[in-house]
Amino acid sequence: MNEAAFRKDGAWVGASVPRREDPRLLAGRGRFVDDITLPGMLHAQFVRSTEAHAEIRSVDLAEVRAVPGVVAAFDAADLDLRDITALLDRPAAEFVPTAMPVLARDRVRYVGEPVAIVVARDPYAAEDGLEAAVVEYAPLEPVVSDTAALAPGAPLVHAEAAANTLVDVSMFATEGIEETFAEAHTVVRVQTRTGRQNALPLETRGVVADWDDRDEQLRVQTCSQVPHQVRTVLARCVGLDEKRVRVTVPDMGGGFGQKCVVGREEIAAAAAALRLRRPVKWIEDRRDALTASFLAREQRYDVRAAFSADGEILGIDADVVCDMGAYSCYPFTAGIEPLMASAEMPSVYTVPAYRVRARAVTTNKAPTAPYRGVSRPQYVMVVERLFEKAARALGLDAVELRRRNLITTFPYTGVNAVTYDPGSYLESLDLCEATLREEGWFDRRAEPGRVVGIGFACFSERTGYGSGAFAQRRMAVVPGFDLSQITMDLDGTVAVTTGTLSHGQSHETTMAQIVADRLGLPYERVKIVQGDTDRITYGWGSFASRSITIGGSAVAAASVKLGERLREIAAHLLGTDLDSTALDGDGGVRAGDRRLSYAELADVAYLRSHLLPKGLDPGLSATASFDVDGDGTFSNATHGVVVELDPGTGGVRILRYVCVEDCGVAIHPQVVEGQARGGIAQGIAGALFEQVTYDEAGQPQAPSFMEYKVPTAAEIPDVRIEHLETPCAFTESGAKGAGEGGTIGAPAAVLNAVNDALRHTGTELDDTPIPRESIFRALEVGR
Amino acid sequence: MIQLIELTVNGERHDLAVEPRRTLVDVLRHDLGLTGTHVGCEHGICGACTVLVDGAPVRACLMFPAQVEGADIRTVESLAAPDGTLNDLQQCFSAHHGLQCGFCTPGFLMLAEGYLAEEPDATKEEIREVVASNLCRCTGYQTIVEAIDDCAVRRRAALQQQLDGSTA
Ligand code: FES
Ligand code: FES
Repeated sequence: MNEAAFRKDGAWVGASVPRREDPRLLAGRGRFVDDITLPGMLHAQFVRSTEAHAEIRSVDLAEVRAVPGVVAAFDAADLDLRDITALLDRPAAEFVPTAMPVLARDRVRYVGEPVAIVVARDPYAAEDGLEAAVVEYAPLEPVVSDTAALAPGAPLVHAEAAANTLVDVSMFATEGIEETFAEAHTVVRVQTRTGRQNALPLETRGVVADWDDRDEQLRVQTCSQVPHQVRTVLARCVGLDEKRVRVTVPDMGGGFGQKCVVGREEIAAAAAALRLRRPVKWIEDRRDALTASFLAREQRYDVRAAFSADGEILGIDADVVCDMGAYSCYPFTAGIEPLMASAEMPSVYTVPAYRVRARAVTTNKAPTAPYRGVSRPQYVMVVERLFEKAARALGLDAVELRRRNLITTFPYTGVNAVTYDPGSYLESLDLCEATLREEGWFDRRAEPGRVVGIGFACFSERTGYGSGAFAQRRMAVVPGFDLSQITMDLDGTVAVTTGTLSHGQSHETTMAQIVADRLGLPYERVKIVQGDTDRITYGWGSFASRSITIGGSAVAAASVKLGERLREIAAHLLGTDLDSTALDGDGGVRAGDRRLSYAELADVAYLRSHLLPKGLDPGLSATASFDVDGDGTFSNATHGVVVELDPGTGGVRILRYVCVEDCGVAIHPQVVEGQARGGIAQGIAGALFEQVTYDEAGQPQAPSFMEYKVPTAAEIPDVRIEHLETPCAFTESGAKGAGEGGTIGAPAAVLNAVNDALRHTGTELDDTPIPRESIFRALEVGR
Repeated sequence: MIQLIELTVNGERHDLAVEPRRTLVDVLRHDLGLTGTHVGCEHGICGACTVLVDGAPVRACLMFPAQVEGADIRTVESLAAPDGTLNDLQQCFSAHHGLQCGFCTPGFLMLAEGYLAEEPDATKEEIREVVASNLCRCTGYQTIVEAIDDCAVRRRAALQQQLDGSTA
């Protein structure tokens, strides 16, 4: 390969180099969990609850065990595993811990909850086995909405959680906020619901587990974003030492948060493998993935904003209720959505007063996990709707109103006690608007006979949550740091570990670029090691756009340390002092006109260690860690959308999508754009199409792709992306996170555009997915 | 009950004894070890399992091996050269970042191979319509459409060059 062609100004960072992941994935030679076959492997499926809420009277698996091909069947009593419990460090008034049993014990709390595991010679026989299971239920009244959950006298999903409330936190209440609202010139209000969504990685969840007698280890290969957390929970549930469990992650077909919590099925399958001393594979089928996996995003907001006569925002007063379903997820708990909304809602504006109460309620629906953006798609939507409404009320242009209130001086410490590092909030809005204007969309909007609207969304996204930021949320398990170890081999190539875990984000490429620049090596000579609890001391995996900011910084720091070590050895061998040496950017260390290549230095470090400086350990490796000191770094963007509504059907067609984003230094611009586009597609999906629904009995109504409408290339538009670059001051490469922004901005921008198109009708729509019938009716009435 | 089946996959003949209810995608993946073809839904919607049967894209999760006996079946494993060199379509996917996690990719590759063989003159809009028959959760589709379009353009240019060469 002609590497010079790919580098940018002689550097790897900033160049869209070919992805290291691509050749195997394109050739069909990746290794996803379902591609793994072990000798003697058995296949598991789960007997799942058919009731939304019931006591289990009895579980009879005798017939199951008699089905040809079935090898074993276990219920909760058979496996006798410890429950999964996720905790917050908060008082009882704010947080109620609830245990999630691996297999339901005496009560089921959602349709699809695993009750027993059936293990068979092939997946077909396992399915046969399921049909022979006899589970007797005593049905209880199900709780199927957040309003029903909070209604006085509602049945309790968990006896210990009064009013079905798992989290009830009032994080901020600026003094005098009542007066602010009472005296304000204009107060606007948004009441909205957002639909329950499925993060929907195209690869469903799955695991292959087996007990290895030689290593004396339970080996678990699973598509998880958080292998170390799976190890911890699994070890506890089955009662093994952590060292007796090894979790590795093969190629992963997406995760988007759904796979960053510990699932019950992977624990049960591993426990069955341990019991049977045979490999057990479980691959979630799509029906289970749609109905019984981890869901997200079902929230209700009632938010007011106060404005002065000249359009200055004076305060935000918010009440948030998140329907977290039946259980708290590990490690984040049911607090994940309400705490995120509470901490970040003032968004990109200079909001002087803020009050928020946020609750997590439990219902008889499949539980929730973080999903790309976590609450930010919703509160950004709410805040951006508030600005649109205020602009109408004040008779101002909504873009101008935003301009007057955007944070423009940095660092800025908000009313939410968060300090925002520099970003391009105003610049991105200006560029986004100017782009749409230049392209002529404002003229199109004014054309008679067409129902065209333009919508914007301004937002920032905290990326790289360090331990301090998670501690502020009072998690009992506090993620944040990342550790990296780098080792150079005899030939001068390096392997670098990261505790993060790529599942589509290209870390094998981007992390290698970071290392390549630090050590002056071609990026092909850098191997990234991820997703193996035996090879990586500890890691928090990949979520919350933390990988490049935190993991990438740890990897960079380890590289720098190794570079110092190489210089130390070189200085000694060349008989000069450390300061006279430098990495030469080409795989060697230089001192004046003399040079030693890495291979020559490695030769000494490993094969002729008697030549090393006194006191220096043989070998070539270094370890470094990184954590964010303070509040993290904020990526930002403005999205601008043009939609056209179809009066005949109420359908929404997106005519144009412009995204102006700023994630600091882009390690690999093409990857950054890919993240933005993919995120936007998911945001549009939430705004217009996807929703997990239940009937009154709590039966899921979208068990296949026929009902759960995932948008295709026919619905998702091309996106024009413009980059701004405000480097982060404290990550090692100036990068900020880029994983979630697209998803965060899209619902708000689309909803605003639809409302703009409806401006002549007097109807305003605030819920997502935006009901087609509502658009149809609004246009019919407004004609 | 067990059926004896003879399948020709990527030019190679296989004799198999399978349960009649076993789907083609399971046979390809688990009996023949061709795990490049993926399963995303098992009900014919996502297209991750797309393979070519006598040149036409089909959803292998909806087919049974008995239906394709005697047919020429092609999977993603047939695209690259034996030494691993990617074919032009695969290279275009890489160049345009038409894949992220790569789980949907084999399905899109086979869909595009089948389609471009039928419709070498397809416009970008026509390509977009065809791309709409499969699901991708990562890319937002734009770069998949661009990759396939780029490949089509290159193939047409190469063909033209060949024609020009032969008339010159
Ligand atoms: S797996 Fe065949 S179409 Fe989805
Ligand atoms: S690249 Fe992940 S589903 Fe398409």
